[in-house]
Amino acid sequence: MSLLPAPAKAFPPSRSRSRTRRNALVGWGFAGPFAAVFALVFLAPIGYAFHLSLMRDRLIGGTSFVGADNYLQALTDARFWEGSARVGLFLLVQVPVMLGIALLVALAIDSGRLYGKAFFRVSVFLPYAVPAVVASLMWGFIYGTRFGLVGNLNDAFGLALPDPLSPPLVLASIGNVVTWEFVGYNTLIFYAALKVVPRSLYEAAAIDGAGEWRIVTAIKLPAIRSAVVIATIFSIIGSFQLFNEPNIMQNLAPNAITTDYTPNLYTYSLAFSGQQHNYAATIAIVMGVFTAVIAYAVQLRGMRKG
Amino acid sequence: MITDPTGVSSDTRERTADSCGADSSGAATGPQRPPATAPPRAAPQRRRRRAHTPLDPRPSIPLTLVTGLVLVYTLLPLVWLVVNATKDQEDLLDSFGLWFGKDFQLWDNISRTLTYDDGAFVRWTLNTLLYVAAGAGGATLLAVLGGYALAVYEFPGRRAVFAVVIGAVAVPGTALAVPTFLMFSGMGLANTPWAVIIPSLVSPFGLYLMWVFTAQAVPSELLEAARIDGAGELRIFFRIALPLLMPGTVTVLLFSMVATWNNYFLPLIMIKDPDWYPLTLGLNAWSAQARTAGGEPVFDLIITGSLLTIAPIVVVFLLLQRYWQSGLAAGSVKE
Repeated sequence: MSLLPAPAKAFPPSRSRSRTRRNALVGWGFAGPFAAVFALVFLAPIGYAFHLSLMRDRLIGGTSFVGADNYLQALTDARFWEGSARVGLFLLVQVPVMLGIALLVALAIDSGRLYGKAFFRVSVFLPYAVPAVVASLMWGFIYGTRFGLVGNLNDAFGLALPDPLSPPLVLASIGNVVTWEFVGYNTLIFYAALKVVPRSLYEAAAIDGAGEWRIVTAIKLPAIRSAVVIATIFSIIGSFQLFNEPNIMQNLAPNAITTDYTPNLYTYSLAFSGQQHNYAATIAIVMGVFTAVIAYAVQLRGMRKG
Repeated sequence: MITDPTGVSSDTRERTADSCGADSSGAATGPQRPPATAPPRAAPQRRRRRAHTPLDPRPSIPLTLVTGLVLVYTLLPLVWLVVNATKDQEDLLDSFGLWFGKDFQLWDNISRTLTYDDGAFVRWTLNTLLYVAAGAGGATLLAVLGGYALAVYEFPGRRAVFAVVIGAVAVPGTALAVPTFLMFSGMGLANTPWAVIIPSLVSPFGLYLMWVFTAQAVPSELLEAARIDGAGELRIFFRIALPLLMPGTVTVLLFSMVATWNNYFLPLIMIKDPDWYPLTLGLNAWSAQARTAGGEPVFDLIITGSLLTIAPIVVVFLLLQRYWQSGLAAGSVKE
């Protein structure tokens, strides 16, 4: 499945048959190094994970072939399903909020009606340069009710703001960190897509009497539709992979963020604390299939014209 | 043709103040290309933008204020980080988070961050630089070569390469982590720098971007002319294509650098020995230390260390923004 459109120019017709053979050699010569490393770090692990998922370590008798047993276990594993439901809820709320803000900011910058447009464009992107570790630590401190900003606000105004790191709120707090990290990145993607819309379209629309809002809904949004779909797909993939932020904030909220908080945390703890490599590989594959199916469904829906 | 392809000309400076970096670099590269072969969306269209004064409306205060809320949200934590890097641990607990404490401790904090635990932070910085140089440098090289091949040569399996690579973007990187770790430990590579560097060498996004970019920026007539003149394929690549590919290359390099500099999950799995930690793992180790019994809580060092970790990459982004913004715009061209 291809998520990104292929540029029309990029597959030129071959010119002569005699050159085909030479081109094949040279082409693979250039693409070969990438293909080799790709096979080593993408294809081989996928194959190996599949192999692992069909086996099981037993105390007696060592590793043996168990067929679909691991998959059947995953289907009825409450810890796995709770984690999946959690990332499902997370992505239903966080992705639209993040992309909505990003879209509004991109349209605002593109409208040319902001003071200090260049400053907006660069500043809003800055969090992307901040590692998830630093972002999570930083927000973790800010969330602190004892000496963080939340605590400061409570002291200063005599408030009793709820603890953002408490079990009911911690998912929203993680969502805020992820939103903070990626709003600017998505803004830039949308803005870059808006930049390549021919300006003459706006001029023509303006001559026809279209207002600014009409230009946005009738020209700009349809023009960047595929950028929005791609950003949505990448955000969905990102949500399913949720790991860094909860893993790092575990240090600050050990009671709220359990070792099976997201499927990825679960996989990680199965593999590296529980030594259950086979089952961890199974969960990873199930999540991979999940992600691919949902990403593909979104693409089919999103790319449908009209 | 092979003059400064990045387009830093003297007049771009003031123009970037109110127009996009992409505009200026596009406008500056345009005239150097043969007009007949210039890609359809190159310079002319961008130059036109400034001519349309009716479509260049007056800035709006309400819109700026509303958008400014997002800016405040974006910058507030960074301001918090800078302010709190100037405090000692006592002030951290006592003073207001968004204002300075009693003493200005920044320099003292920095020197303690660099020397704490026998200079572990310096060691981690050097490790990170190694991973970035080898990983991001290698990833960029492979992406440029591969993207160029996809755009320029007709070879069997080309469409398959593209489909597989782009499909791989949908596979959760973390899903591969466990099998990759087991494979690498089987090969004796786990807990060595290779375990971080080798997986960093593959950037599907980089390959895609370079492919699109090559298709636009390297006219096939130019390659054809060079072949007729008898130039070999490698020579054509290095002497003719590579200079034209610079803006795309810089973009891919920047994004791979950020990805490698900020990588957490891969080293977390691969590296057990703190001597080989990158900065991200090191900072998290300091954060975890506060929780362990008898561990010294070093919040001041974590905050200062965080600031030191993000400073270089933020500076690089600010300095090179015109390049990556024009490269991103190339990646968003559709059909």
